[in-house]
Amino acid sequence: MRIGIVCPYAWDVPGGVQFHVRDLAEHLIRLGHEVSVLAPADEDTPLPPYVVSAGRAVPVPYNGSVARLNFGFLSAARVRRWLHDGGFDVLHIHEPVTPSLSILACWAATGPIVATFHTSNPRSRAMIAAEPLMQPALEKISARIAVSEYARRTLVEHFGGDAVVIPNGVDVGFFADARSRPEWSGDTIGFVGRINEPRKGLPTLLEAMPRIVAERPGVRLIVAGKGDEEEALKGVPAEVRDRIEFLGMVSDEEKASLLRSVDLYVAPNTGGESFGIILVEAMSAGAPVLASDLDAFRQVLDGGAAGELFPVEDAGALAEAALLLLGDPERRAALSKAGSLHVQRFDWETVGADILSVYETVTTGAAAVVEDDRGSWRNRLGLARD
Amino acid sequence: MSIWIWVAVAVVLVGWYLSWTAGRLDRLHARIDAARAALDAQLLRRSSAAQELAVSTLLDPASSILLYQASHAARTVEEDRREVAESELSQALRAVFAEPEQAGELGGLPGGAEAVADLRAATRRVPMARRFHNDSVRAARAVRRHRIVRLLRLAGHAPFPLAFEMDDEPPAAL
Repeated sequence: MRIGIVCPYAWDVPGGVQFHVRDLAEHLIRLGHEVSVLAPADEDTPLPPYVVSAGRAVPVPYNGSVARLNFGFLSAARVRRWLHDGGFDVLHIHEPVTPSLSILACWAATGPIVATFHTSNPRSRAMIAAEPLMQPALEKISARIAVSEYARRTLVEHFGGDAVVIPNGVDVGFFADARSRPEWSGDTIGFVGRINEPRKGLPTLLEAMPRIVAERPGVRLIVAGKGDEEEALKGVPAEVRDRIEFLGMVSDEEKASLLRSVDLYVAPNTGGESFGIILVEAMSAGAPVLASDLDAFRQVLDGGAAGELFPVEDAGALAEAALLLLGDPERRAALSKAGSLHVQRFDWETVGADILSVYETVTTGAAAVVEDDRGSWRNRLGLARD
Repeated sequence: MSIWIWVAVAVVLVGWYLSWTAGRLDRLHARIDAARAALDAQLLRRSSAAQELAVSTLLDPASSILLYQASHAARTVEEDRREVAESELSQALRAVFAEPEQAGELGGLPGGAEAVADLRAATRRVPMARRFHNDSVRAARAVRRHRIVRLLRLAGHAPFPLAFEMDDEPPAAL
């Protein structure tokens, strides 16, 4: 099958959607499908052979963080060219409600279109205002996928209709087989995420640290992720600073090793999450997980059976739960075991088969994806060439 | 004089809007047709897989009769009773595969693994195809409800789209 995938966020910036698209593309290629990914990327970024650049993305504040997006006339032309050259059987767009490549692709194409909705934002003013504009483009989507039951619910509330739930995939084996490193284990807490983004919740964890350090002086917090350390550490007492180690941006192998090594993984996110792939990765690596009680996290953690939850942004509760877990190796081992069993449903084998079923359902008897010329003036005036 | 220019502009704009809306509706109807065809294909695939299993002698006679009856009804029933018959097939499948051991048992028999895999794939795809179909029906209805669309009959002779309602819960143990 010829599959075209559109990733709305810059390829060179790490992020959940980008990783999902990359893993999906590589999984499908391994199964023998022809895949092309259209993504924003700087000119000098080295790209894998299956990625086509849609040009440089512009940083814009969106949805509580700075997203790098593509829009405008040039991008629209690139999307059209890619669609024209690709001759795809199915077009899979991601995050169609961001103002970026995905909605442009949806606008420009006609044929079997599958869309995956990753985020689940509360209905915003901008969304309500933009609805009549986006509805005609969104109507073309023949199949919608939501990454969690929570994401599906918000999607149905916003746009009506229905969607199937297929979780994000994780290469469970990659994390389960990673090598643990002695320097990262032994009374360690792990955190992975952009450190200056309040949504990722590092401030809550730092607020909880003094209490944790006071009770367990040997504890260490290991932070992996891009950002300004000094800014993140503002107002953190010196004795706590000594217990924090910043790794900066890490490779996938390092991340897997980190998750495999730490005694406890903490996800203190404050909101805006619809799935929580990092929790699945931590569980795959066998790390006991302590996460904030967001709807999406609760669901990924099997309602709290595969990991512990604490009230969102409650540093006191976080410290208490972390101390309890660090002092109870048996409970940690039980969580680790429950997590490893639970993640099987997120393995790419399962997830990839489900996504392919969706492709096959929408392509049965349908024509291939082509450029949509119906909206153009030339066509309307009967001047379009065939 | 200038009033006529404005009238002409307004007429062109209204005309453009109507033609665009008619095009949009046409596309939505085409999407429903494709989704309905896909749903039909998946339902047929499921009832054939169930019937194949029923006549394969891999199952015990009681389950075989139950499954054969339900899948035969789903394949041959007239259109207005189809939703009921397909729901009954879902219930029959859930009853036959109520115990988690059943699928494992079948998988061990010669030819059993393939039959179970076919049926599993089909029971998973029916809910997908049905959601996609009903989603397209909802989108078309939203546009057809507009006053201007109703008044000017922009939908033409296309029948008012109906959702396909059935119990499509797959057997948990399959």
